[in-house]
Amino acid sequence: MIEAVGLTKRYGPKTAVADLSFSVRPGVVTGFLGPNGAGKSTTMRMLLGLDAPTAGHATVNGRRYAEHRAPLHEVGAMLEARAVHTGRSAFNHLLALAATHGIPRRRVEEVIEAVGLREVARRRAGGFSLGMGQRLGIASALLGDPATLILDEPVNGLDPEGILWIRNLLKSLAAEGRTVLVSSHLMSEMALTAEHLIVIGRGRLIADTSVAEFTRRASSGGAVRVRTPDSVRLGELLRTLPGVTVTPDDDVQVLLVEGADSEQVGRLAAEHALVLFELVPRQASLEEAFMEITRDAVEYEAVTAAPALIEEPTV
Amino acid sequence: MSAATAPARTAGPAGPTEGRVTLPRVVHSEWIKFRTLRSSWLTLLAAAVLTVALGTLFCWATVSHWDRLPAGERAHFTPVEHSLRGYLPAQLAVGVLGVLVISGEYSTGMIRASLSAVPRRLPVLWAKAAVFGAVTWVVTTASAVTAFLVGQSVLSAKHVDTTFSAPGVTRAVLGAGLYLTVVGLLAVGLGSLIRSTAGGIATVFGLLLVVPGLAEALPSNWHDAIAPYLPSNAGQALTVVQQGPGDLAPWTGFAVLCGYAAAALAGAAVALKRRDA
Repeated sequence: MIEAVGLTKRYGPKTAVADLSFSVRPGVVTGFLGPNGAGKSTTMRMLLGLDAPTAGHATVNGRRYAEHRAPLHEVGAMLEARAVHTGRSAFNHLLALAATHGIPRRRVEEVIEAVGLREVARRRAGGFSLGMGQRLGIASALLGDPATLILDEPVNGLDPEGILWIRNLLKSLAAEGRTVLVSSHLMSEMALTAEHLIVIGRGRLIADTSVAEFTRRASSGGAVRVRTPDSVRLGELLRTLPGVTVTPDDDVQVLLVEGADSEQVGRLAAEHALVLFELVPRQASLEEAFMEITRDAVEYEAVTAAPALIEEPTV
Repeated sequence: MSAATAPARTAGPAGPTEGRVTLPRVVHSEWIKFRTLRSSWLTLLAAAVLTVALGTLFCWATVSHWDRLPAGERAHFTPVEHSLRGYLPAQLAVGVLGVLVISGEYSTGMIRASLSAVPRRLPVLWAKAAVFGAVTWVVTTASAVTAFLVGQSVLSAKHVDTTFSAPGVTRAVLGAGLYLTVVGLLAVGLGSLIRSTAGGIATVFGLLLVVPGLAEALPSNWHDAIAPYLPSNAGQALTVVQQGPGDLAPWTGFAVLCGYAAAALAGAAVALKRRDA
């Protein structure tokens, strides 16, 4: 269980995260979604007590992170894959982290095996590929067998096999009853992995909802693509309906209809005995929904608080 | 490679301290970090080689020129200081290592993993200082003793050698190791405050090498009041057997150096606690 209450982070005049409140439940994978620079990493660093919030607070499993006496057993985190000394081997890196909690060497070997790094565990982490670095980051998150996992962009740099592996790993961790918060700027990836979404843009909460609800909301109102030899006539008829807009396509036979669903368009065509070649309901893809919703937030911000530029701080 | 199963949950915490972060555990962790980096051993090796090799070289040079040395120089010759002279360049190697043990974590991002594991933060700094201090003290003291013994055996060719039982000699030899260790701890504090390898090393070198030179440029009454209290001058009082005029007493000087190191570490502790990682 993760709870953020009014979390705010300002860097001088810049506001990276603004009054963000949400909670992350155990048992499902929660996607933490936003465009680059939306404040995802800053939020995650505040959850882990690495950055102090300007206002508000966050708790993990009921306590502030810094108050946990055995934090690695409570929360496993992968903030960025490169939180590793480049001169040290993967094995020694994990061994040093494990030593702070008295976690035995056997467990270090176990997590190395689990993430598939056995072959390279004795090599300097500085020579690791991005994908190997991500696997090492996941290994360190799993080290203490925590009830809560916080992973920042874990699929970055992974090959398709690795992405599938992460997806299944996250789902199985959630299925065991753990709390799993995963950030990403890729909506399509989250659609496949997460059940719940927390969407932020410019540091503000945009949506806190299930993936299914998010798509439904994004594609509500209906949009239909129609191909008909009577496109001019059908267009005229559709425009008489309230709330409907019709956009002609490059193809003279094609109309793009918004505000009416395929059923309404089909009935209308039948009533006037018009021939239809194609009638395709257009589900907004998650990616489009995401772009649409975050763009609104950005425009809103730009009008009301133009000087408050937001950037992901490079630390 | 593609095993999708999560590692099975191991047995949960059994007792009140089971699985908790404790200072001895953080020290153990810092010892693993220290010993698993090549830079730790390379810089300590450099410090040891500089101490022993240069000390031996100076003694050998003196022996081979002894018969031609002016009487005044012979009268002021101090065999123990001569054999230990190599600790001065060695302090640069120790200073670099002191900065690196902490700045290396910042430059690689490792610090965020370290502070996530130990969110109270200060144990990381204390454990780092303790591990670094203990290892550095052992290595530099062994180097100083070796340099002294080898140096005296070289000097014995002209019967100008000394022994541990001569006044001030044991203090000077062990003092070289103590001086290097505390200079290193000062560097740990400065490295932690500055968080950058280049900036930290430049500051340590500036403090040890440049500031005493600048003090020379001051009017002599200012210089005499300030110079003995600079960290390098104050700490080096512990390693001399012939006190110069205006030098601090050996242990007084060493206490002043310890004060600088304590101030740097205290500043580092405050900054570590307050700053975002």
